Order: sequence, then C-alpha cells, then structure tokens
Amino acid sequence: MGTDRRSFIKLGGTAVAGGMLLPPFLQSCQNVQISGNVKSYLDHFEVSAEMLQKVIAAAMSKGGDYADLFFEHKKSNSLGLEDGKVNRAYSNIGFGVGIRVLKGDQTGFAYSETVTPDALVNAAKLAANIANSKNGFSPVGLNEKVPAGYYNISRKWEDISVEDKVPFVQKMNDKVFALDEKVIKVNAFLSDQTSYVLFYNSEGRLTYDYRPMISFGTVCIMQKDERVENAYVARSFRRGFEWLSDGLVDELAHEAVDQANLLFEATKPKAGEMPVVMGAGGSGILLHEAIGHTFEADFNRKGTSIFSDKMGKKVAESFVNIIDDGTLENNRGSINIDDEGNDVQKTYLVKDGVLNSYIHDRISAKYYGVEPTGNGRRESFRSIPLPRMRATYMETGPHTKDDIVSNVDYGVYVDNFSNGEVKIGAGDFTFFVKSGYLIEKGKLTRPIKDINIIGNGPQALADITMVANDYRIDNGTWTCGKDGQSVPVTCGLPTVLVKKLTVGGSV
Amino acid sequence: MTKQEKYNLAKWAISHALENGAQQVSVSISNSRSSSVEVREEKIDKLEQAIQSNLSIQLFVDKKYSSHSTNRLKKEELAGFIEEAIAGTRYLSEDEFRTLPDPELYYKGNGQDLKTLDTGFDTYDPQRKIDLAFQAEKEVRGKDERIISVSASYYDGMNERVMVTSNGFEGDMANSYYGLHAQVSVKGGDARPEASWSENAIFYEKLKKAGIGQKALERALKKIGQEKVESGKMDMIVENRMISRLFGPLISALNGSAIQQKNSFLVDRLGEKVFSEKLTVTDDPFIIFGRGSRLFDGEGLATKKRLVFENGVVRNYYIDTYYGKKLKMEPTGGSNTNLVFKTGGKDLDGLVSTVEKGILVTGFNGGNCNGSTGDFSYGIEGFFIEKGQLKQPVSEMNITGNMKELWSNIGEIGNDVNENSSWLTPSVLFSGVDFSGA
Repeated sequence: MGTDRRSFIKLGGTAVAGGMLLPPFLQSCQNVQISGNVKSYLDHFEVSAEMLQKVIAAAMSKGGDYADLFFEHKKSNSLGLEDGKVNRAYSNIGFGVGIRVLKGDQTGFAYSETVTPDALVNAAKLAANIANSKNGFSPVGLNEKVPAGYYNISRKWEDISVEDKVPFVQKMNDKVFALDEKVIKVNAFLSDQTSYVLFYNSEGRLTYDYRPMISFGTVCIMQKDERVENAYVARSFRRGFEWLSDGLVDELAHEAVDQANLLFEATKPKAGEMPVVMGAGGSGILLHEAIGHTFEADFNRKGTSIFSDKMGKKVAESFVNIIDDGTLENNRGSINIDDEGNDVQKTYLVKDGVLNSYIHDRISAKYYGVEPTGNGRRESFRSIPLPRMRATYMETGPHTKDDIVSNVDYGVYVDNFSNGEVKIGAGDFTFFVKSGYLIEKGKLTRPIKDINIIGNGPQALADITMVANDYRIDNGTWTCGKDGQSVPVTCGLPTVLVKKLTVGGSV
Repeated sequence: MTKQEKYNLAKWAISHALENGAQQVSVSISNSRSSSVEVREEKIDKLEQAIQSNLSIQLFVDKKYSSHSTNRLKKEELAGFIEEAIAGTRYLSEDEFRTLPDPELYYKGNGQDLKTLDTGFDTYDPQRKIDLAFQAEKEVRGKDERIISVSASYYDGMNERVMVTSNGFEGDMANSYYGLHAQVSVKGGDARPEASWSENAIFYEKLKKAGIGQKALERALKKIGQEKVESGKMDMIVENRMISRLFGPLISALNGSAIQQKNSFLVDRLGEKVFSEKLTVTDDPFIIFGRGSRLFDGEGLATKKRLVFENGVVRNYYIDTYYGKKLKMEPTGGSNTNLVFKTGGKDLDGLVSTVEKGILVTGFNGGNCNGSTGDFSYGIEGFFIEKGQLKQPVSEMNITGNMKELWSNIGEIGNDVNENSSWLTPSVLFSGVDFSGA
C-alpha cells in the first residue's frame, strides 16, 4: 500500500545467496519459438486478435475511457555459489495478463494467471468496475507497432544450459580467493531473465517486446585480525550469453577484493555539513534520489512533490543537464516499449539548469497535456503501471575531477553506494556510502565507510557548483522500489561537487 | 483450488519428481486473494483485485540441490517443468549438507488454533470496505487549510498454503489480513511534509476503523517547520513503530546463513552478553491472533517458544536444516515468528519526560547497517527534546554508530507495544547517540 518512502537498492550482501535473485534454468514452458512479429507473440500466449478485441470490449463495457492488456511471460534462472562450489540453483516462471481500465485519472485493475477467454473476460469485468455507466463501446482495429531495438543479443538465455553457465560462477570464486589470502568466504551468482510482453489497448495499438537481462556478481568476505569486512560487486545488462567472459570475471574479482581491502583502513568523517564530491558513475544515485523521484509526475499531479510548482524554472547552474533515458543500448534500464505500449525516449529533466520535463505515465501525461515520455513501468503483469525512471544521468560539464577535488579544504569524496531513499514532499533524500575518501586540503586522504549522507533535493541541485568532463554510467544491479514495485534501472554521473550536504559520522 | 486439490497436486508432483530421479522432494502450493481500494478527492483512485497461485518445489538429486517455482499449475506443463529442473540440477556441484529435515523434528499435527484466519473472509460487504476508505479520507478533508493532498486505502487478503515432503511431512496453513491506511501532505513553507498512519488486523471485526485519517493529519501538521539541529552526542528515543529499523539488523545477525558465512557481527557470540541487560526478547510462535504465529516453519519443523536475547545475552541463532548441518548445530527454525520484548514502566510521553536533551525519532530516511561489523548510519526525522519537552520538528539529520554499542546503551525500554506487527516493539530510549546535523 502507499508508503512515503521511495527506496533504491543495489541487491547486496548475503541476500544474493538466497531467493532474492531468481535467475535460470528452464528453457521454456511453452513450445512456441518466438520471432520478431506480433503473430508469434499471439501464438505464444495462446490468444487471437479477435479474443483481445473481445476482452477490451468487456473492459470498456461500463463506460471506461481507456483499457489495456499487458501479457507477460517471465522466466528467471539463478545459479549460486557458496563455500567453493556452484551448489544451488533457483528458477521461477511467472505468466499472466494484467487488465487495466481508466476513467479520467481513476484506475481499475485486475489480472489473470490463465488466458482462457472466460478468465480474461472475468478479469476485464472486474477492472471495468472503476467506471459505472453503460456506455456503448465500438470494437477497435489492430494497429500493429514494431518496437524499437535497444537490446539486440546473439545468444538467448533460453538456449543456454546450466552446464554452460556454471564455469563462470566457479571461476569467480577461484579468482577472488586467488587474489588475496585474507579472503575467508566468497558468494557468487549468475542470474538471467527473459520476458515476453504482448500489449493491446482500446486505441487499437498492438505491440510486443522481448526483454533479456543478466546479472553477474560476487560477495567477497575478508578477515584481517579480528575484523571482518564484505564487498559486493556486480554488473547487469540487457545482454545475452555472449557477454560473459574470463576478462569480466577478472575485472569483477579485482574490484571486489580492492573494495574490501579499502574498508580495513577506513575511518569515519566528522559528523556535520560539508562539501561532498560525487565520483563519476554510481554517484548517479544522487540524481535518482534528489531529483528523479520528485520529478515523477504522479506526485506532481497530486501536488505532493517539492518540485510541484517548479516547471520551467531555473533549478540549477546552467551547465547542469539531467536526463532520464530508456534508449541506451543494452542498458539495464532500457525498454523497447514502456509497459503502457508507448515509445520510449531520451527525456531531458533539467536542460541548461531549467526544469524541462517530469517523468510521465499515461495518466499524468494526459493530465499535463504532454506526450507520454515512455516512463510507464510496472514490476509485472500483477501491477499497475506508474511513472518510473530508466537510466538517469547527468551530461558532462566544464570542469575536471582534479579541479573539483583540489577545490575542497575538508570534505568527502564518495563513489561506492548501497542504497538511497527520498521523502517526496519534504524533498529530503539520502544515500548510503559503502566507501569513499576524506578530502583534506584538496587531496584524497584516508578511506571512509558505512556512512549515510542526507540533503534536500532542490537545495542540493542548486548547490551543484562544479561538473566534470568524465561522465560514466554505472552498470550495477540497481533496482528501484516504489509502492511495493521493483523495476531495474541504472544511473550515472560525471564527478560533481555539491557545496554542502549533511554527512553521518562521529561527533 | 481446494485444500484437498492442493494436497493431491503436491503429492503428484512429488511422485513425478521421484520417478524422474530425485531422491528427496518438498512441494508447497499456495493461493492468495487480495483486493484494495485507494480513494482521493472523494473518488476511487485505484481499485485492484488479484487471485494468485504458486507451486514451489525443492529438489535433492544425487546430493545436488535446486529450488523452483511457477504459476503454471497444469499437470501437463508441470511434468515438463519438473523434468527439466531435475536435468539442470545434475550439472551442479554436490553439497553433502543438503537434505530434507529429520522427520522427528516435523510438526505432527493437532496444534492449537492460533486464529490466523478469519473464516468469514468472503462474507463482508465490499461496499462497506470502500466506505471505510472514504471515511478515513473524510476525517481529513477540509480540516485544515494547509492540506494539499489526502489519500486513503482499504486492503485485505488471504493466503492458503499446503506443504508436503517426500519423507513424511504434510501440513497446511492459512491467514487473512485487513488494513486501512491514510496519507496526508501539507504545505509548510517550500516543503510539503507528508505523513501516514495505518492499522491492520487478522480479523475484519478487530480492524480499528476510525481515527486513521485524523492521526495521519496530526502527524503531518506536526512536521511543519522541520529544521536540523546542531551535530552532537544526545539521547535518542525511537518510536515503537519505527524501532524495527534499528532492531532488524540484530535479528539478521542471528541468521544461520550469516553466521556460517561469517557475515554477522554476532558470530561466535551465542551465550555471551553483548547488549544491555535491559534487552530481553522472546520468539513466541503461539500467540493467539499473533501476526507471526505458526505451528511449523518453512521446512515443516515444529515451532517452539525460544529466548532470543536474555538480559543482553545472545540465546538463539535462527538455524535451518542446511546451516544446522554446516554449523554442526541443532536446527531452531530458519526465521523469526512473533518477537516479544520485556517492557519497562513508561509510555512514550513518560520516556520523553526523562530526557534532558535529545531527539525523538518518528521516521527514518535511508541508511544501512554493515552486517559484518554492525556499523550503521541512518537518516532520521522527529522532534528535538529539551528538559523533558518536545520542541521543534527536525529532519535532514543522520545517526551513526555501531549496533553492539547502541544496544548496550539502552536507557529504558517503554511499555507502549505496537500490536500492528509480528514484532511487538515498544519505544526505546538510547543514550549517547552521534547525531549529525547543522
């Protein structure tokens, strides 16, 4: 149910060893080979165009303004390693259709896990109840729309056996252990997911999407004397099996060991307000929390966001450009169509320092009289679409990283995070720093770890006084939570100076 | 699906897996129903209905282990699903510690009725439920000119689950829930503080149905004018509904997997005094109407009442069959049920009155705890306390420290237990906490 928290997590720690990640194993539960046309998707879901039209008619039977059907078949497989062996596997199949009816900005929603004509019509009638008149509805045609291709892959996960995947997970373990004798435990995982989506709405739009996803990573636990520290490292993309390589294993293993090593030397900063330098990459969490969620138009439509009356106003220095993009090639946050069947864009949220666009779903786009931005997303067919981010990042600016760091007398440099959160109305946002460095007299000095940083969105945005030329997307397993729904996202940032944030630490 | 149909399908799935090469199998089949309605501006904003089914199967094949789930429950499809899963499992490494539990430890039936299911679930008038949400909204609408937005929700649901294992366990459980939630945003300067309040119950008749909107409004209005105060070491009271954010890491640290993987700050501390002697917590699965009450756990093991912390001494690790074998310890059940605190003598106001200078925490904003070390840092909001009185609302501050120290510095445990959760938590006063602010 409604909650006032929007959380953002990187799946981390030991959670990966459990059931949280559901990646694969199962080739199929339907024997239809999918190809890139709508006919094969209809066959896959065992429905016909006529049947879809009939279900939409039932959904609209009580006078709704709009209805849509979202068919989804998601197969997830995961391999896990603990105590030196790939000794566990998990898989999950989710199959069903979500049926939504809109009346103005009101939503009726029901779903069915079976796709018989009776089950679909029954679910449609439940969703139809949001409206309560007896309007006639004339059947709509079929307007087939070929989706964009932001994540072409060559080797589908469904064609890859467990046998092919196991060696990569095993090599990760062996590599991490080989790198440092302080390593006492290693967890490793490889999770793949394949989703088929078929979409049809009362405007006649008929489209589909094939969505692959891979996440691969490790948790490294090291001990030095009595002290134990852990580091979690992973990458995630919409890519196929061809992406896995020994080089990748090497890169991740080194990163994990280096990160854990840093923690043994780490101290805590002084508690209080200070300049914060956000390192390039994962620091994009700043944008996600401080700005992204508060730009989601459902909050603004209801007047509950601190940015509700700031459209068209200057909110940052003129070299600040912030983007939410669903079109980056093979990116974890990309989608060929959004979960309302809309085309996806690269959307400027802040252009030259001015608030340029909110993040829209169909309801809010209609409310504001703008084109949908392709941000209507949902966790699965069981959920209502909401305005959600995709890949959120800032473009490069005029400064360099060295300029920025040397500018700070006492502060922190942060570049490794585990999670964040924001209060939409107050605008207070936070992010948790796994590790970073103190800055003393313009130089990075001692490592720091395990501190929370808190700030206020509009203030922090205005306080971005320097932006470097080293923009980078972080391809970790970023997952965004809102109203109980999780969706995959990414974030990115060049090195940035925020003049003042409140940093957790010792008094 | 009826209960008998679920048992039949589970037994069929077990036979099919055994016939295709598994030596041990555990199957669990569940269905759930839920509905919710959210209202705004005297209209229904969202109406949702859901019926969901799931089968999950754990396979032990030639000392190798895997676990799978699906919502495609037709036998023809399940057969292929199980066969593929077994074939895939054969590519994994052997794991000598993987077996089903010792049948001696299974729940054997004839337990008491813990009242976790409202058998009248289908009999309540849907219109009355929608009216409850409208009622909660009405408590707020127009009551204060600073209100920007009000939404209220009613939700309910029920789950039924049957579990069967190939070495003799059969059991079923069911539970229901009903809830009301209200959320209010108000305008205060540039900020738009929001607050929510909710109540829930296992039985419809027990759901508190009035005052929810009003409580959310009061909490939102009190937040107007939030400001950070100066950094410093101060006393901290954490409200009963919020303390789980700080108590959760202690429970996670008792998890058998965290202990065995050395990813816990409580490794090798069983039987040792780690926390304040004011901390005594019992895990009690047999509370009538308890939200975490159950007769058997996720593996079928019979539950028991256990001491978790006794006067600051660690008394229990949560150990399932697998980690029990790895750690050479007896299984204690892999997860917590109801957690009951030994309470003190004061309610929240009583605790506040004892504080010379400190902060009452009424909400958290982000933050985390390092499970290996217990180092934590969280964003907070609440109220500044001076000379036993609540002063200005505060926000945009952090608390930072280590769980072992924090829970060693308990000033006092309250008596105001929150009954809306399986964790029956009171408010807690801590001394000497590092706050970072202005």
